[in-house]
Amino acid sequence: MTNSIEELSSADAIFIIGSNTSEQHPLIAMRIIEAVKKNNARLLIADPRKIPLTEFAEAYAPLTPGTNLAFINGMLNVIITEELIKEEFVNSRTEGFKEFKQSIIKYTPEAVSEITGVDADTIRTFARIYAKAQKGSIVYAMGITQHVTGTMNVSALANLAMLTGHIGRESTGVNPLRGQNNVQGACDMGALPNVLPGYQPLNDEKILEKFKSSWGEASNFGNGMTASQMMEEAAKGGIKSLYILGENPMVSDPDTQHVEEALSNLEFLVVQDIFMTETARFAHVILPATSYLEKDGTFTNTERRVQRVRKAIEPVGDSKADWEIICMLLKAFDCYAEYESPEEIMDEIRALIPSYAGITYNRIERVGLQWPCPDIMRPGTAFLHKDRFSRGLGRFSINEYRGPGEAVDEEFPLIMTTGRIQHHYHTGTMTRRSWALNREYPHGFIEINPFDAERFGVKSERKVKVTSRRGSLTTTAIITSKVKLGVVFMPFHFGEEAANKLTNRNFDPVSQIPELKVCAVKIEGVS
Amino acid sequence: MKKVLTTCGYCGCGCNFYVDIRNNEVIGVTPKQDHPVSRGRLCVKGWQGHSFVNHPDRLRHPLIKHEDGYFKEATWKEAIEFTAKTLKGIISRHGGDSVGVFSSARCTNEENYLMVKLTRAALKTSNIDHCARL
Repeated sequence: MTNSIEELSSADAIFIIGSNTSEQHPLIAMRIIEAVKKNNARLLIADPRKIPLTEFAEAYAPLTPGTNLAFINGMLNVIITEELIKEEFVNSRTEGFKEFKQSIIKYTPEAVSEITGVDADTIRTFARIYAKAQKGSIVYAMGITQHVTGTMNVSALANLAMLTGHIGRESTGVNPLRGQNNVQGACDMGALPNVLPGYQPLNDEKILEKFKSSWGEASNFGNGMTASQMMEEAAKGGIKSLYILGENPMVSDPDTQHVEEALSNLEFLVVQDIFMTETARFAHVILPATSYLEKDGTFTNTERRVQRVRKAIEPVGDSKADWEIICMLLKAFDCYAEYESPEEIMDEIRALIPSYAGITYNRIERVGLQWPCPDIMRPGTAFLHKDRFSRGLGRFSINEYRGPGEAVDEEFPLIMTTGRIQHHYHTGTMTRRSWALNREYPHGFIEINPFDAERFGVKSERKVKVTSRRGSLTTTAIITSKVKLGVVFMPFHFGEEAANKLTNRNFDPVSQIPELKVCAVKIEGVS
Repeated sequence: MKKVLTTCGYCGCGCNFYVDIRNNEVIGVTPKQDHPVSRGRLCVKGWQGHSFVNHPDRLRHPLIKHEDGYFKEATWKEAIEFTAKTLKGIISRHGGDSVGVFSSARCTNEENYLMVKLTRAALKTSNIDHCARL
């Protein structure tokens, strides 16, 4: 997030797109509801499903999955046409406005309405409310990123914030809600193929020197493969071995059959996890790790706040904390790993990542600190881009709409979109083994609109067969007008009826994120 | 009863709570009143999502798959030596770039940092990523 969670309560307009906030980030949704109730904030929601927060929304846009970019461009068009832009901000803080303006002319509300299925006046309402606000916040999640245009979707939201000056101030900004507890931290630490820890570039000699002296001259400072590319290469034979730490691609990744082929094709698969997951079954060696309750360390939340994780109980059985296991392997490769505790590892991190330099265990004993925090005298940073953007001026980008990678046809007439539910988490390894949660939702389901249910002979709470161009599965139908006509929704938490058996491997060309939010399916009643 | 302050292991909100512990078992949680995100509240997973920790399915020992396709328990020494030896063999035959690493958004910063170091400094590959890609 460019801004802080706390700041949302003081926004006077909040635009949520592609985030089911009250189910996936309930405590952030509390701030949004507080903004509406106490601050009379105007809430705008664009989503193919009528998510619970729409109850508090002034306007709701039920857009067709995969058309976010057209919708955002439509809002940009209205803001320009109706002269709602924040000229002072555009002139002093940005560049590329002229070319951008040219590119946005064709996205009239009427043209965008055709693509998105949202009426033109609703698009105008969204644009006006957001642009005219004093403090407008944008909130998004995987409904924006898991598309073939995921990167452009995010860039378009950045255009929206720059055009209206809703960035670099309190209660504004472009705020992605990270799905997992430490996605932010894993990125910060450089668990990415194209940057070093702290997003430091691979081609800066001074930075490389710093890492060479810490890690050794012979370390690999190249640009590697993304997770999606590794999986493709494993299937083709280019990748011979994978080491998978705490992930379950057999349930979380698109096109399960392809993942199975890829994992079966490996010469050597190492899985480090707390349970025998669907993925671990393919392993040649399994290293039993501990959960967050059995170890010390830090997590960085979605607002960049670095917080302490503390060991509450001793490790179960003979399991070990992940850091201890990795240290054993580092030593087996003759690399330095003489750390007595995670705190000592943090000291090494602080020396290598400038934005973490001021974050010590001592300072975050009671409350966490938000990076950038470049030295121990500084308090951390509540919101980013105050006086300048990381690159200096903010650059307007040109993002031409293109449709999703897969379209419906006569045989596969419905768009399936996937997501999560409040009681379960990701591939369900933990929540499905937490009795009180599993009791509420012991199995998966598919949501279908009453008109579509009628059309395809689907009965409420009955078994249905769902088929895509990749495979098929049997699940339970839930008939609800929450989902838009022509759209079905399936949570992906349930391995035995894995939604990702159906999803496809169309990727965003820049980020390589799979388009998990759009695939074409057909549905038939089986009982 | 012992109470330990920690950060929730589920979503990116990063709520804090006290873990209530008796005899090395998690018996409940108590929200932290003055936390900037959770302000004394928790969601359903924050309240109820921790009993997995003592579930009988927990992996308790390292496992090595034998030729018959079955996993057999191993000591840590055996598992680490087997892993290191096999990875070294693959790297010497096919080069470091034939190896890939999926780090984890479930793990701590310290662990992710070490995983990056293991990948780039020990395995000598740059193929490292995690589920932020999803």
